Amino acid sequence: MGFSQTKGSSGVVVVQVDGQLIVGNRHELKDLVQAALDRGERRMLVDFSRTGYIDSSGLGALVSISKRIREVGGELRLSGLNDDLRSLFELTKLDTLFAITETPEQALTSF
Amino acid sequence: MTSPLRLCVRRTSSEARGSATLVTLRLPSDVNCIEEAVELVTRHCLAGHDATRTIRFRLRVVLSEALSNAIMRGNAEDHTKWVEIRAELVPEAIRVSVTDEGPGFDPGTVPEPLRPDQLDEAGGRGLYLIRKLVDVVQFNEQGNSICMILRRS
Repeated sequence: MGFSQTKGSSGVVVVQVDGQLIVGNRHELKDLVQAALDRGERRMLVDFSRTGYIDSSGLGALVSISKRIREVGGELRLSGLNDDLRSLFELTKLDTLFAITETPEQALTSF
Repeated sequence: MTSPLRLCVRRTSSEARGSATLVTLRLPSDVNCIEEAVELVTRHCLAGHDATRTIRFRLRVVLSEALSNAIMRGNAEDHTKWVEIRAELVPEAIRVSVTDEGPGFDPGTVPEPLRPDQLDEAGGRGLYLIRKLVDVVQFNEQGNSICMILRRS
């Protein structure tokens, strides 16, 4: 369980969430995104294709990093949510706050 | 390292009431214990019973959220305080209560997270998710114990 980070030819930083995004590891994601912003990165994708669960603290962490990225003129996309995870975004109306695509490939072409 | 969690599982069966499972678990106020606690309670509560993917997912979500609230808000992450879970599965429903040692709170004062001025806030979605995903939510008078009922059909 954890986060891995890659940057391909598209210039987008892709953060893969393996396992869960929950109260116990949300700060790790926030720190990782902040470090990328400090390096000058502005386009980021968080991919949940390998994620089983996100709790409300994880959702809150995504709201926080979305604000930080917007504040510096960057862009954030989310991808790979399974039906259960997508239902959490819909219930909390966070699907209206984030740009969400089914696959990371779709997200990368949308920047 | 020995787990600090204390688990007890009791299964009963009778012709009149069908089979039932009672799981109790006690954990310290450490957010790093939540994942193991949720996994243990969900697994033992549903073992040997038919449960849809939706029921499993909902049980997992509401238990995680109730534990986060109990540990972070109720017990203010004081590691000397404990949280008690009691999960009872009967043929028609799953009834889960989570109790902390905090002073309690008034659930009526929690702001509605879908309000436009709240949507961009980092916190405040846990109780809302619980209310959306279970059939009944009750608090004790003190406000330090939540009871959630999830119907199985």
